[in-house]
Parts: sequence; C-alpha cells; structure tokens
Amino acid sequence: MARITAGVATSHVPAIGAALDNGRSGEPYWKPLFAGYDFSKQWIAQQKPDVVVLVYNDHASAFSLDIIPTFAIGCAASFPPADEGWGHRPVPMVEGHPELASHIAQSVIQQDFDLTIINKMDVDHGLTVPMSLMFGQPERWPVRVIPLAVNVVLFPPPSGRRCLELGKAIRRAVETFDEDLDVQVWGTGGMSHQLQGPRAGLINKEWDNRWLDRLIDDPEAVARIPHVEYLREAGSEGVELVMWLIMRGALAPKVRTVHRFYHVPASNTAVGHVILENAS
Amino acid sequence: MALDKPYSDIPGTVIFDADQARKGYHLNQFCMSLMKADNRTRFKRDERAYLDEWPMSEEQKQAVLARDFNRMIALGGNIYFLAKLFSTDGKSFQYTAASMTGLTQEAYATMMLQGGRSPEGNRRVGETPSAGSSDKEAK
Repeated sequence: MARITAGVATSHVPAIGAALDNGRSGEPYWKPLFAGYDFSKQWIAQQKPDVVVLVYNDHASAFSLDIIPTFAIGCAASFPPADEGWGHRPVPMVEGHPELASHIAQSVIQQDFDLTIINKMDVDHGLTVPMSLMFGQPERWPVRVIPLAVNVVLFPPPSGRRCLELGKAIRRAVETFDEDLDVQVWGTGGMSHQLQGPRAGLINKEWDNRWLDRLIDDPEAVARIPHVEYLREAGSEGVELVMWLIMRGALAPKVRTVHRFYHVPASNTAVGHVILENAS
Repeated sequence: MALDKPYSDIPGTVIFDADQARKGYHLNQFCMSLMKADNRTRFKRDERAYLDEWPMSEEQKQAVLARDFNRMIALGGNIYFLAKLFSTDGKSFQYTAASMTGLTQEAYATMMLQGGRSPEGNRRVGETPSAGSSDKEAK
C-alpha cells in the first residue's frame, strides 16, 4: 500500500528561482538562504520519495479570472513550467502520477471535498521553486508530482480548518492506494509578506515563528485562525500559509521536526521551511 | 446585506475580493495576455493601441501607461496579474513593491535587509505605533 512518509513546507518566492536560474545563489544576499536547504537536499536524497503531493497556489498563470477553483488537483501525465511574463524557467518538465492523482480525487470527493480535476496545466514558480530548493538543478526531477492548486489569490481562500481537514482526507486516500509508494505532502507559500500598496514589505518574525510552533504542536488551534489575522499580522500575501495546513493535516497528530529554517528577506518575503515526520 | 469585510481597516492594503475582481476583470485579463511572447512584442510596440483592444476604463488604461501600480490595484488590479506587466518591463516584484511604498528602491531594499516593515503601527488605521517602530506610517 502507499503511505505518507513526511511533510515538507517551504516558501516559494519567485526571486529564489531567478537567483538559481541566473547563477547567483552563491552571492552574499542569497547564500544564507540556500544554506538553509543544504540539509534538506541530503535528507530527500536519502528518503527518495516516489511521489510528492505538492500543495501550492497558481499566481494567475494557469488560472485567469475566467475560472478560479478553490482546490484543483493535477491528474495529467506531465506539467510544463509556465511562462510568467519573462519566458519559461529553465527547469525540467514536471512528471505527474495520473493513477494516484485520480485515486486521490475520487477518494476525497467521496469524503465531501469537491476538487476540480485538471488534465492540462502549466505550473508556475509556486510549484517549481520548492522543487528547485529541495532538489537543486537536476536534468530530470527525481520524483513524480501531483500538483494541488489552492486559490489564495481571490479572497477568500479556503479556511484553515478546511485545509487541515483536506490534508486528513488526502492521507486516508493515499493509504488506500494499492501500489507500494512512499508519498510526501508539501505545503508551500508564505511566510509573512505583502507585495502591494503602501504597506508592502511587511514582515512579522515573531508571529511567523509562533505560528510555526503551533503548526507543529497544535495544528487544530492554527486551523481556527481567521483569515483577517493573517492579513493583518502576516501581510496580504501571508494568507498563503493556510496551504501549509494541508501538509500538516496529512501527517499524524504528533510529529517530530527533522529540520526548521527561517530567513528574512528573500526579496519582499520571510522564508520559512520545515520538514516533519510522523512521530512513532 | 453587504458582505462582511473585517479587513477594510488594514492600512495601505487592498484585499482582492469579489468586488475588486469584478472591477478589475478586463485589466487583469489584459495583464494575463502578456504571458505570450507575441503579445508582449505587440504591447511594447504600441502600448496605447494594444490597450485599446481591451474593454478597460480610460482610468485603468492611464494607470497602466503611467505604471501606477497603486492606482491599478485601486481599480481592481491584482498583484499576481500585474506581475505579467512588470515582468514584461523586466522589473522585479521588489522593484514594483518599492514603487508602491513611496520609498526609494534603495531605502526599500535596506528596510527589507533590516527585517522588513514592522507590523507595529501597521495593523489598523489609526493605530498608534509603539515605541521603537521606525517605519514610515502607511496610510
């Protein structure tokens, strides 16, 4: 049977991808950020997951204002990197896992989560930057990926509670898949940041770190945080953090922290990163 | 009954909700069109002519031509759609964010390196900044 072996969360700032793609990751500005992922690269090389369910948000790349699904699961065999206005990122094609994706879709819809099924989709920096942070710059990504896109662009995003419960439903779905697969769930986006208006540049280190503590130890409490608190305390784009609750919901109630990293700034954003495993 | 908007007292912040999205539909879809290289070329060749292909308000078109991002956001633009416009210009998120704050690029970059804009005094309109907050109060 398939099993969920670990959860990973990370910010997905586009400037991180640009720094890597343009050979600037060794510069003093970027070096401390990439150093925070050295352990993670070694860890995942040992873990060798078969599939990652990668929770991210599309940034007006695959979804225009014509159709805005709250939760959408990618069931295609592959997903090309999107052209976000400056050409495609020079990263490999993302290979999907259509069988497991379809199984998750059927299972969680029957658990009352009405996912939108996507059979053709370009994936933007929200998905490819976490891949680069965890795997570096390989010729082929060493894992298959099921994109799970969450709307956090048009207010309101799904509630924290809904995200946590979806994570639990995904876990039940994975555990009923017949193939022997190691599956990780990743949550991406955040942490505190605001990209717009006179308040742009907002960072709230204390709030971010308290939120991380609670995500690890008391996710049910984090699931009750209203959206307005994210907007006020973590910036208008900080509300992306609800996506981390899907990752957390897919893990056991008790987890152990394998790695934790926090860094300010990457461009406009506070970068957070954790690796969690189920506590035995 | 109107929708509850508990976020309307956050200073210097427009939340992209259903009302904003309705106002900004064509502005945002115009930005989205710049994801195609051919469209970027046509737009760069004659911005005004390209904009006139879209049923946007004159005010929205003027905001685009002036690259006034605060104005575009007030008129229903969303930053992730507007990103296609500033990417077409070869500008970054940081460049554009700085342009909306009233700070110079350099001052904004320095603020970020020093830990970013403090939430103190920036949580709600009329909040008194606590001692030690050195940020420019956003309005």
